[in-house]
Amino acid sequence: MTPTQRAFAVVTSVAMFLAILELVRRRKLKEEYSWLWILTTLGMTALAGWYGLIEWLTQLIGAVTATTTLFIFGLLFLLVISVHFSTVISRLTQQIRRLAQEIAILSAERDQAGAERARHERSDGPPGA
Amino acid sequence: MLPHPAAPTATEPARARRRRLLVIMPAYDEARRIRQVVAAVRAQVEGDLLVVDDGSRDATASEAHQAGALVAIHPTNLGYGAALQTGYRYALRHAYDAVLQLDADGQHDPASIPRLLEGLDRADVVVGSRFLEPGSYAPPLARRIGMWLFGRVASALAGQRITDPTSGFQAISRAALRFYAHERYPVDYPDADVLAMVARSGLRLAEVPVRMLPSPDGKSMHSGVLKPIYYVFRMSLALGLVPLRGEKHR
Repeated sequence: MTPTQRAFAVVTSVAMFLAILELVRRRKLKEEYSWLWILTTLGMTALAGWYGLIEWLTQLIGAVTATTTLFIFGLLFLLVISVHFSTVISRLTQQIRRLAQEIAILSAERDQAGAERARHERSDGPPGA
Repeated sequence: MLPHPAAPTATEPARARRRRLLVIMPAYDEARRIRQVVAAVRAQVEGDLLVVDDGSRDATASEAHQAGALVAIHPTNLGYGAALQTGYRYALRHAYDAVLQLDADGQHDPASIPRLLEGLDRADVVVGSRFLEPGSYAPPLARRIGMWLFGRVASALAGQRITDPTSGFQAISRAALRFYAHERYPVDYPDADVLAMVARSGLRLAEVPVRMLPSPDGKSMHSGVLKPIYYVFRMSLALGLVPLRGEKHR
Protein backbone atom coordinates (compact mmCIF):
# COMPACT_ATOMS: atom_id res chain seq x y z
CA MET A 1 0.00 0.00 0.00
CA THR A 2 1.42 3.39 -0.99
CA PRO A 3 1.47 6.19 1.59
CA THR A 4 -1.11 8.14 -0.50
CA GLN A 5 -3.48 5.16 -0.52
CA ARG A 6 -3.08 4.72 3.20
CA ALA A 7 -3.63 8.42 3.90
CA PHE A 8 -6.79 8.39 1.76
CA ALA A 9 -8.13 5.28 3.50
CA VAL A 10 -7.44 6.62 6.99
CA VAL A 11 -8.96 10.03 6.24
CA THR A 12 -12.11 8.49 4.70
CA SER A 13 -12.62 6.10 7.61
CA VAL A 14 -12.13 8.76 10.26
CA ALA A 15 -14.44 11.15 8.37
CA MET A 16 -17.13 8.43 8.22
CA PHE A 17 -16.77 7.77 11.93
CA LEU A 18 -17.07 11.48 12.78
CA ALA A 19 -20.05 11.88 10.45
CA ILE A 20 -21.88 9.05 12.24
CA LEU A 21 -21.10 10.55 15.65
CA GLU A 22 -22.34 13.94 14.48
CA LEU A 23 -25.61 12.40 13.23
CA VAL A 24 -26.12 10.75 16.61
CA ARG A 25 -25.26 13.98 18.42
CA ARG A 26 -27.84 15.91 16.40
CA ARG A 27 -30.34 13.09 17.01
CA LYS A 28 -30.69 12.47 13.27
CA LEU A 29 -29.65 8.89 13.96
CA LYS A 30 -31.02 7.14 17.01
CA GLU A 31 -28.45 5.64 19.38
CA GLU A 32 -30.04 2.21 19.11
CA TYR A 33 -29.49 2.10 15.33
CA SER A 34 -26.04 3.68 15.35
CA TRP A 35 -24.06 0.89 17.00
CA LEU A 36 -23.67 -1.16 13.81
CA TRP A 37 -22.36 1.86 11.93
CA ILE A 38 -20.01 2.90 14.70
CA LEU A 39 -18.56 -0.62 14.92
CA THR A 40 -18.08 -0.66 11.14
CA THR A 41 -16.38 2.71 10.88
CA LEU A 42 -14.08 1.77 13.76
CA GLY A 43 -13.24 -1.47 11.94
CA MET A 44 -12.59 0.47 8.74
CA THR A 45 -10.23 2.84 10.56
CA ALA A 46 -8.37 -0.06 12.13
CA LEU A 47 -7.94 -1.80 8.76
CA ALA A 48 -6.80 1.40 7.03
CA GLY A 49 -4.27 2.31 9.68
CA TRP A 50 -2.78 -1.11 10.29
CA TYR A 51 -1.95 -3.10 7.18
CA GLY A 52 -0.77 -6.06 9.25
CA LEU A 53 -4.34 -6.65 10.43
CA ILE A 54 -5.67 -7.06 6.92
CA GLU A 55 -2.81 -9.40 5.99
CA TRP A 56 -3.54 -11.50 9.05
CA LEU A 57 -7.27 -11.58 8.21
CA THR A 58 -6.51 -12.56 4.62
CA GLN A 59 -4.48 -15.51 5.83
CA LEU A 60 -7.11 -16.42 8.40
CA ILE A 61 -9.97 -16.78 5.90
CA GLY A 62 -7.70 -18.32 3.25
CA ALA A 63 -8.06 -15.50 0.69
CA VAL A 64 -5.27 -14.77 -1.77
CA THR A 65 -5.27 -10.97 -1.97
CA ALA A 66 -6.10 -8.31 0.59
CA THR A 67 -8.69 -6.80 -1.78
CA THR A 68 -10.74 -10.00 -1.63
CA THR A 69 -10.79 -9.77 2.15
CA LEU A 70 -12.05 -6.20 1.97
CA PHE A 71 -14.79 -7.09 -0.51
CA ILE A 72 -15.91 -10.11 1.50
CA PHE A 73 -16.20 -8.12 4.68
CA GLY A 74 -17.89 -5.25 2.84
CA LEU A 75 -20.52 -7.65 1.51
CA LEU A 76 -20.98 -9.30 4.89
CA PHE A 77 -21.55 -5.95 6.50
CA LEU A 78 -24.19 -4.98 3.90
CA LEU A 79 -25.92 -8.30 4.48
CA VAL A 80 -25.99 -7.85 8.24
CA ILE A 81 -27.27 -4.32 8.05
CA SER A 82 -30.08 -5.28 5.61
CA VAL A 83 -31.24 -8.03 7.93
CA HIS A 84 -31.07 -5.57 10.79
CA PHE A 85 -33.23 -3.13 8.82
CA SER A 86 -35.73 -5.87 8.02
CA THR A 87 -36.23 -6.55 11.71
CA VAL A 88 -36.63 -2.84 12.35
CA ILE A 89 -39.21 -2.57 9.56
CA SER A 90 -41.10 -5.58 10.92
CA ARG A 91 -41.28 -3.92 14.30
CA LEU A 92 -42.42 -0.63 12.80
CA THR A 93 -45.12 -2.40 10.79
CA GLN A 94 -46.40 -4.07 13.92
CA GLN A 95 -46.45 -0.80 15.84
CA ILE A 96 -48.28 1.02 13.04
CA ARG A 97 -50.84 -1.78 12.82
CA ARG A 98 -51.40 -1.59 16.57
CA LEU A 99 -51.95 2.16 16.32
CA ALA A 100 -54.34 1.91 13.39
CA GLN A 101 -56.35 -0.78 15.20
CA GLU A 102 -56.46 1.38 18.30
CA ILE A 103 -57.80 4.31 16.28
CA ALA A 104 -60.44 2.05 14.75
CA ILE A 105 -61.53 0.80 18.18
CA LEU A 106 -61.75 4.36 19.48
CA SER A 107 -63.89 5.39 16.51
CA ALA A 108 -66.27 2.51 17.23
CA GLU A 109 -66.43 3.46 20.90
CA ARG A 110 -67.20 7.05 20.01
CA ASP A 111 -70.00 5.78 17.76
CA GLN A 112 -71.46 3.71 20.52
CA ALA A 113 -71.27 6.50 23.09
CA GLY A 114 -73.05 8.80 20.64
CA ALA A 115 -75.78 6.26 19.99
CA GLU A 116 -76.31 5.72 23.73
CA ARG A 117 -76.54 9.45 24.38
CA ALA A 118 -79.13 9.79 21.61
CA ARG A 119 -81.15 6.95 23.13
CA HIS A 120 -81.08 8.57 26.58
CA GLU A 121 -82.20 11.92 25.24
CA ARG A 122 -85.06 10.31 23.40
CA SER A 123 -86.31 8.41 26.48
CA ASP A 124 -85.85 11.32 28.93
CA GLY A 125 -87.23 13.95 26.61
CA PRO A 126 -85.25 17.05 25.72
CA PRO A 127 -83.76 18.74 28.79
CA GLY A 128 -85.88 21.61 30.15
CA ALA A 129 -88.98 20.71 28.07
CA MET B 1 -67.70 -37.23 43.15
CA LEU B 2 -69.40 -34.01 44.24
CA PRO B 3 -72.31 -34.27 46.65
CA HIS B 4 -74.62 -32.09 44.54
CA PRO B 5 -73.68 -32.51 40.90
CA ALA B 6 -77.05 -31.27 39.68
CA ALA B 7 -76.76 -27.74 41.07
CA PRO B 8 -74.06 -26.30 38.79
CA THR B 9 -75.22 -28.09 35.65
CA ALA B 10 -78.76 -26.72 36.03
CA THR B 11 -77.51 -23.14 35.63
CA GLU B 12 -75.30 -23.95 32.64
CA PRO B 13 -77.85 -23.64 29.81
CA ALA B 14 -79.26 -20.45 31.29
CA ARG B 15 -75.83 -18.90 31.34
CA ALA B 16 -75.13 -20.01 27.80
CA ARG B 17 -78.27 -18.28 26.59
CA ARG B 18 -77.27 -15.01 28.21
CA ARG B 19 -73.87 -15.05 26.53
CA ARG B 20 -72.92 -11.55 25.35
CA LEU B 21 -72.15 -11.88 21.68
CA LEU B 22 -70.33 -9.57 19.29
CA VAL B 23 -70.71 -10.14 15.56
CA ILE B 24 -67.61 -9.04 13.64
CA MET B 25 -67.72 -8.34 9.93
CA PRO B 26 -64.49 -7.27 8.25
CA ALA B 27 -65.33 -5.25 5.14
CA TYR B 28 -63.32 -3.81 2.29
CA ASP B 29 -65.13 -1.90 -0.48
CA GLU B 30 -68.48 -3.53 0.26
CA ALA B 31 -70.68 -0.41 0.19
CA ARG B 32 -73.13 -1.94 -2.30
CA ARG B 33 -73.90 -5.03 -0.27
CA ILE B 34 -73.15 -4.27 3.35
CA ARG B 35 -76.65 -3.07 4.31
CA GLN B 36 -78.30 -6.18 2.97
CA VAL B 37 -75.80 -8.47 4.68
CA VAL B 38 -76.09 -6.63 8.01
CA ALA B 39 -79.87 -6.92 7.86
CA ALA B 40 -79.66 -10.65 7.05
CA VAL B 41 -77.31 -11.24 9.97
CA ARG B 42 -79.52 -9.21 12.30
CA ALA B 43 -82.45 -11.43 11.40
CA GLN B 44 -80.52 -14.47 12.60
CA VAL B 45 -78.80 -13.36 15.75
CA GLU B 46 -79.13 -10.93 18.63
CA GLY B 47 -76.12 -9.07 19.87
CA ASP B 48 -73.97 -6.14 18.88
CA LEU B 49 -72.65 -6.00 15.35
CA LEU B 50 -69.27 -4.46 14.57
CA VAL B 51 -68.25 -3.77 10.99
CA VAL B 52 -64.50 -3.29 10.67
CA ASP B 53 -63.93 -1.12 7.63
CA ASP B 54 -60.42 -1.98 6.45
CA GLY B 55 -59.62 1.33 4.79
CA SER B 56 -62.30 1.08 2.10
CA ARG B 57 -62.22 3.58 -0.76
CA ASP B 58 -66.01 3.61 -1.06
CA ALA B 59 -68.83 4.43 1.38
CA THR B 60 -68.66 1.13 3.27
CA ALA B 61 -68.38 2.82 6.66
CA SER B 62 -71.34 5.16 6.28
CA GLU B 63 -73.50 2.43 4.71
CA ALA B 64 -72.72 0.11 7.61
CA HIS B 65 -73.48 2.92 10.00
CA GLN B 66 -76.87 3.50 8.41
CA ALA B 67 -77.59 -0.20 8.65
CA GLY B 68 -77.26 0.24 12.42
CA ALA B 69 -73.90 -1.42 12.92
CA LEU B 70 -71.05 -0.20 15.06
CA VAL B 71 -68.23 0.78 12.76
CA ALA B 72 -64.49 0.62 13.44
CA ILE B 73 -62.54 2.32 10.68
CA HIS B 74 -58.94 1.49 9.81
CA PRO B 75 -57.23 4.65 8.54
CA THR B 76 -55.40 2.52 5.94
CA ASN B 77 -55.83 -0.95 4.48
CA LEU B 78 -54.19 -3.32 6.96
CA GLY B 79 -55.39 -6.67 5.66
CA TYR B 80 -58.20 -9.13 6.36
CA GLY B 81 -56.52 -10.69 9.40
CA ALA B 82 -55.77 -7.30 10.93
CA ALA B 83 -59.41 -6.27 10.48
CA LEU B 84 -60.56 -9.39 12.31
CA GLN B 85 -58.06 -8.73 15.04
CA THR B 86 -59.36 -5.20 15.55
CA GLY B 87 -62.72 -6.84 16.20
CA TYR B 88 -61.20 -9.34 18.66
CA ARG B 89 -59.49 -6.57 20.59
CA TYR B 90 -62.71 -4.56 20.71
CA ALA B 91 -64.57 -7.63 21.98
CA LEU B 92 -62.00 -8.30 24.69
CA ARG B 93 -61.99 -4.72 25.86
CA HIS B 94 -65.77 -4.61 26.11
CA ALA B 95 -66.00 -7.93 27.91
CA TYR B 96 -67.96 -9.88 25.32
CA ASP B 97 -68.20 -13.60 26.02
CA ALA B 98 -67.99 -14.70 22.42
CA VAL B 99 -67.50 -13.51 18.87
CA LEU B 100 -69.14 -14.57 15.65
CA GLN B 101 -67.27 -13.56 12.53
CA LEU B 102 -68.39 -13.62 8.92
CA ASP B 103 -67.48 -11.89 5.69
CA ALA B 104 -69.32 -8.77 4.61
CA ASP B 105 -69.70 -9.84 0.96
CA GLY B 106 -72.58 -12.19 1.64
CA GLN B 107 -70.60 -15.33 0.91
CA HIS B 108 -71.39 -16.77 4.32
CA ASP B 109 -75.04 -17.73 4.61
CA PRO B 110 -76.42 -16.16 7.82
CA ALA B 111 -78.83 -19.10 8.12
CA SER B 112 -75.87 -21.19 9.31
CA ILE B 113 -75.17 -18.88 12.26
CA PRO B 114 -77.20 -20.75 14.92
CA ARG B 115 -75.24 -23.93 14.20
CA LEU B 116 -71.93 -22.14 14.79
CA LEU B 117 -73.17 -20.64 18.06
CA GLU B 118 -74.39 -24.02 19.30
CA GLY B 119 -70.88 -25.31 18.70
CA LEU B 120 -69.54 -22.90 21.32
CA ASP B 121 -70.97 -25.12 24.05
CA ARG B 122 -68.34 -27.75 23.29
CA ALA B 123 -65.47 -25.82 21.67
CA ASP B 124 -63.52 -22.57 21.88
CA VAL B 125 -63.18 -22.11 18.14
CA VAL B 126 -66.01 -23.31 15.92
CA VAL B 127 -65.16 -23.25 12.22
CA GLY B 128 -67.88 -23.36 9.59
CA SER B 129 -66.88 -25.87 6.94
CA ARG B 130 -68.35 -25.63 3.46
CA PHE B 131 -67.13 -29.15 2.68
CA LEU B 132 -69.29 -30.75 5.37
CA GLU B 133 -72.40 -29.22 3.81
CA PRO B 134 -73.57 -30.90 0.59
CA GLY B 135 -75.25 -27.93 -1.17
CA SER B 136 -72.36 -25.56 -0.62
CA TYR B 137 -70.34 -23.77 -3.26
CA ALA B 138 -67.13 -25.54 -4.27
CA PRO B 139 -64.15 -23.39 -5.28
CA PRO B 140 -62.21 -24.10 -8.50
CA LEU B 141 -60.21 -27.32 -8.71
CA ALA B 142 -56.70 -25.85 -8.31
CA ARG B 143 -57.72 -24.03 -5.17
CA ARG B 144 -59.51 -27.13 -3.86
CA ILE B 145 -56.34 -29.17 -4.26
CA GLY B 146 -54.33 -26.58 -2.33
CA MET B 147 -56.95 -26.39 0.40
CA TRP B 148 -57.04 -30.17 0.65
CA LEU B 149 -53.26 -30.44 0.87
CA PHE B 150 -52.81 -27.74 3.50
CA GLY B 151 -55.87 -29.08 5.28
CA ARG B 152 -54.18 -32.49 5.56
CA VAL B 153 -50.96 -30.99 6.93
CA ALA B 154 -52.91 -28.84 9.37
CA SER B 155 -55.00 -31.85 10.42
CA ALA B 156 -51.84 -33.82 11.15
CA LEU B 157 -50.42 -30.94 13.18
CA ALA B 158 -53.69 -30.33 14.99
CA GLY B 159 -54.33 -34.01 15.69
CA GLN B 160 -57.89 -33.69 14.41
CA ARG B 161 -59.60 -33.37 11.08
CA ILE B 162 -59.74 -29.90 9.50
CA THR B 163 -61.75 -29.94 6.28
CA ASP B 164 -61.99 -26.21 5.51
CA PRO B 165 -58.84 -24.45 6.68
CA THR B 166 -59.56 -21.16 4.87
CA SER B 167 -63.02 -20.62 6.32
CA GLY B 168 -63.55 -17.17 7.82
CA PHE B 169 -67.00 -18.16 9.11
CA GLN B 170 -66.28 -18.86 12.78
CA ALA B 171 -67.55 -18.58 16.32
CA ILE B 172 -64.93 -17.87 18.97
CA SER B 173 -65.01 -18.07 22.75
CA ARG B 174 -63.39 -15.54 25.05
CA ALA B 175 -60.47 -17.84 25.85
CA ALA B 176 -59.68 -18.14 22.14
CA LEU B 177 -60.11 -14.38 21.64
CA ARG B 178 -57.19 -13.80 23.94
CA PHE B 179 -55.12 -16.19 21.84
CA TYR B 180 -56.18 -14.41 18.62
CA ALA B 181 -55.58 -10.87 19.89
CA HIS B 182 -51.86 -11.60 20.23
CA GLU B 183 -49.24 -10.50 17.69
CA ARG B 184 -48.96 -14.09 16.49
CA TYR B 185 -52.19 -13.63 14.55
CA PRO B 186 -51.36 -13.16 10.84
CA VAL B 187 -52.41 -9.84 9.29
CA ASP B 188 -53.12 -11.08 5.78
CA TYR B 189 -55.04 -14.33 5.75
CA PRO B 190 -55.50 -16.40 8.87
CA ASP B 191 -55.50 -19.93 7.58
CA ALA B 192 -54.62 -23.56 8.29
CA ASP B 193 -51.64 -22.52 10.40
CA VAL B 194 -53.87 -20.61 12.83
CA LEU B 195 -56.22 -23.57 13.24
CA ALA B 196 -53.29 -25.93 13.82
CA MET B 197 -51.89 -23.45 16.34
CA VAL B 198 -55.28 -23.24 18.11
CA ALA B 199 -55.62 -27.02 18.41
CA ARG B 200 -52.05 -27.40 19.69
CA SER B 201 -52.40 -24.57 22.20
CA GLY B 202 -54.92 -26.54 24.24
CA LEU B 203 -58.00 -24.70 22.99
CA ARG B 204 -60.85 -26.86 21.74
CA LEU B 205 -61.46 -26.73 18.00
CA ALA B 206 -64.57 -27.98 16.24
CA GLU B 207 -66.01 -27.84 12.72
CA VAL B 208 -69.67 -27.58 11.84
CA PRO B 209 -71.24 -27.68 8.38
CA VAL B 210 -72.21 -24.26 6.95
CA ARG B 211 -73.49 -23.06 3.62
CA MET B 212 -71.26 -20.81 1.54
CA LEU B 213 -72.15 -19.09 -1.71
CA PRO B 214 -69.78 -18.05 -4.47
CA SER B 215 -68.44 -14.53 -4.09
CA PRO B 216 -70.95 -12.29 -5.94
CA ASP B 217 -68.49 -10.65 -8.31
CA GLY B 218 -66.24 -13.65 -8.59
CA LYS B 219 -63.29 -11.95 -6.99
CA SER B 220 -61.11 -14.00 -4.72
CA MET B 221 -58.26 -13.02 -2.51
CA HIS B 222 -56.10 -15.67 -4.14
CA SER B 223 -56.44 -14.84 -7.84
CA GLY B 224 -53.63 -13.88 -10.20
CA VAL B 225 -50.35 -15.58 -11.05
CA LEU B 226 -47.93 -14.56 -8.33
CA LYS B 227 -50.43 -14.59 -5.47
CA PRO B 228 -51.05 -18.37 -5.50
CA ILE B 229 -47.29 -19.01 -5.59
CA TYR B 230 -46.73 -16.65 -2.71
CA TYR B 231 -49.65 -18.23 -0.89
CA VAL B 232 -48.21 -21.74 -1.20
CA PHE B 233 -44.83 -20.50 -0.01
CA ARG B 234 -46.26 -18.59 2.92
CA MET B 235 -48.52 -21.43 4.04
CA SER B 236 -45.69 -23.95 3.87
CA LEU B 237 -43.51 -21.68 5.97
CA ALA B 238 -46.27 -20.91 8.46
CA LEU B 239 -47.25 -24.57 8.84
CA GLY B 240 -43.61 -25.59 9.19
CA LEU B 241 -43.14 -23.10 12.00
CA VAL B 242 -46.21 -24.22 13.96
CA PRO B 243 -44.53 -27.20 15.70
CA LEU B 244 -41.35 -25.16 16.24
CA ARG B 245 -43.16 -22.42 18.13
CA GLY B 246 -45.22 -24.57 20.48
CA GLU B 247 -47.40 -21.80 21.87
CA LYS B 248 -49.87 -22.49 24.66
CA HIS B 249 -52.84 -20.39 25.54
CA ARG B 250 -52.96 -19.22 29.14
